Amino acid sequence: MKTLMKGNEAIGEAAICAGCQAYFGYPITPQTEVLEYMSRRMPEVGRVFVQAESELGAINMVYGAACTGARVMTTTSSPGYSLMQEGISYIAMSFVPCVLVNVMRGGPGLGNIQPSQGDYFQMTKGGGHGDYNTIVLAPSTVQETVDLVVEAFDLADKYCQPVAIIADGMIGQIMEPVEFPEIKEPVRPKRPWALTGAKGRPKNIITSLFLSPETMEQKVLRLLDIVAQIRVTEVRYAEYMLEGAEIVVVAYGTAGRIAQTAVKQARAEGIPVGLFRPISMFPFPYDRLAAQVGLARDVLVVEMSAGQMKEDVQLAVCGRAPVSFYGKLGGLVPLPEDILAEIKRLV
Amino acid sequence: MTEEADLVFDRPASLSPVVTHYCPGCIHGITHRLIAEVMDELGIRERTVGIAPVGCSVLAYNYFECDFAEAAHGRAPAMATGIKRTNPDLIVFTYQGDGDLASIGTNELIHAAARGENITTVFINNAVYGMTGGQMAPTTLPGMVTTSSPYGRDVKTQGFPVRVCELIAQLDGAAYVVRRTAFKPLEVRRLRAALKTAFQVQMAGLGFSLVEVVSNCPTNWGMTPRESISFVEQQMIGYYPLGDYKTREEVKSLR
Repeated sequence: MKTLMKGNEAIGEAAICAGCQAYFGYPITPQTEVLEYMSRRMPEVGRVFVQAESELGAINMVYGAACTGARVMTTTSSPGYSLMQEGISYIAMSFVPCVLVNVMRGGPGLGNIQPSQGDYFQMTKGGGHGDYNTIVLAPSTVQETVDLVVEAFDLADKYCQPVAIIADGMIGQIMEPVEFPEIKEPVRPKRPWALTGAKGRPKNIITSLFLSPETMEQKVLRLLDIVAQIRVTEVRYAEYMLEGAEIVVVAYGTAGRIAQTAVKQARAEGIPVGLFRPISMFPFPYDRLAAQVGLARDVLVVEMSAGQMKEDVQLAVCGRAPVSFYGKLGGLVPLPEDILAEIKRLV
Repeated sequence: MTEEADLVFDRPASLSPVVTHYCPGCIHGITHRLIAEVMDELGIRERTVGIAPVGCSVLAYNYFECDFAEAAHGRAPAMATGIKRTNPDLIVFTYQGDGDLASIGTNELIHAAARGENITTVFINNAVYGMTGGQMAPTTLPGMVTTSSPYGRDVKTQGFPVRVCELIAQLDGAAYVVRRTAFKPLEVRRLRAALKTAFQVQMAGLGFSLVEVVSNCPTNWGMTPRESISFVEQQMIGYYPLGDYKTREEVKSLR
């Protein structure tokens, strides 16, 4: 059965369906409805909700709960994600799972509360200190958000790493009909490393401190092994009308969804154009994009940022076609006709 | 000697059989042992999770025989909140120094206490950042020389020390807040009793408990252990009076 639901609330319900045992958050627009929703729903299903004193508090509560093997989530928006980076780096190096959601808003600085994609760099390039990357998944509809949040919990458990959802204010605020999977009870997988009390076993220690450089290098290499595996197995993307496309539009999330409308219109006018929409922003689908660009004449990147993903598109395209860019900043959202005009400019 | 002697003193089971990295004469060692003794006495080792801070006791997880996590600087109370809320049957304690707890971690501490988190915090106050080499801490006494207050802490430009127990005791979520020390056997016994009460408060689900330990730092104070103990007694205690700052009514019935 489909329910008409706001994106932010759907994020909360999806986490509950996935068996999320604890949620820790802090109010920040345009994400706050997740917090509000969870404050009502988590007690209803007998699970843990805490409104933290800050995003720093929230991510460290997540860190603690994750150390006990529980399924746990926090959600925030851009400036809050910047604050959380400290904790995310610790969590990655501690090899514990959790789900993070960034409902991006305009930046830098306090920016504004309109939709944006300006956090691409801080989401996909590690973000905190040290050598690590987190899986980053970008939905373009509320239903896809639900599906990816549920999947994010499985991926976090699979790799014992933080998994991030990169959404934006549009996804968070829009209402759409969605379908949820059945609610899963929060069952903890058997975790030999979890902090559950040293009963009948030696004590467990979870730390990201390794004073010997040799040990530290080994730990980072272990983390990078996981990242390498993720690069191979967790690539996700969607393709639209790419057959025979001479112009390949690359866009993700809300921009991807709007670009799809523009591509459809352009095709109706006989312009050979298609859309490549990365879903895993990390790992970025370099190889598939390179193959799909193939003999294309032009590549057009559309983002609600100054062109952050464009750098990864350029890496994928590797000079085989010119990469142009159309972006909106300041929380402005591109219109299909804007993108259509850009496509026509390339024809 | 052929007769078998009675064993009257041994290492607590909750204390790991390892050599610590703490400097000779430091009160960390005494406090570690007392926590371990209390864990043994209350029979909670197998369901206790400790959180180590960033600072001299960053490696505390190596010295206790219970599960342990190592927090980011100052964030131990938030981490403890996450552990305790998702695992109410666990006994969770943080072990933090003055830089960690009273400077970078004030936010996490105050709000964990205000929420009445059912956790225990052991606070080692030696008025200095020990691990980084003796810089001024929020608890450094006025006039005290450190590597970042080489002319002595000038309260006009470097502010006044923070009295943590007095601050936290005002919060309704705090159930048990006391200040102790360990510079003589009587004080060690009082500290042990306070640590036991603090864990009992948590076991009874009464809310946040904090035991401050007024400590020494012979290395960074540039003193012999004996001199540093005298400094605690003559200077530190004057600024940080020992005593019970908050003992909620239900706590009294625990004793």
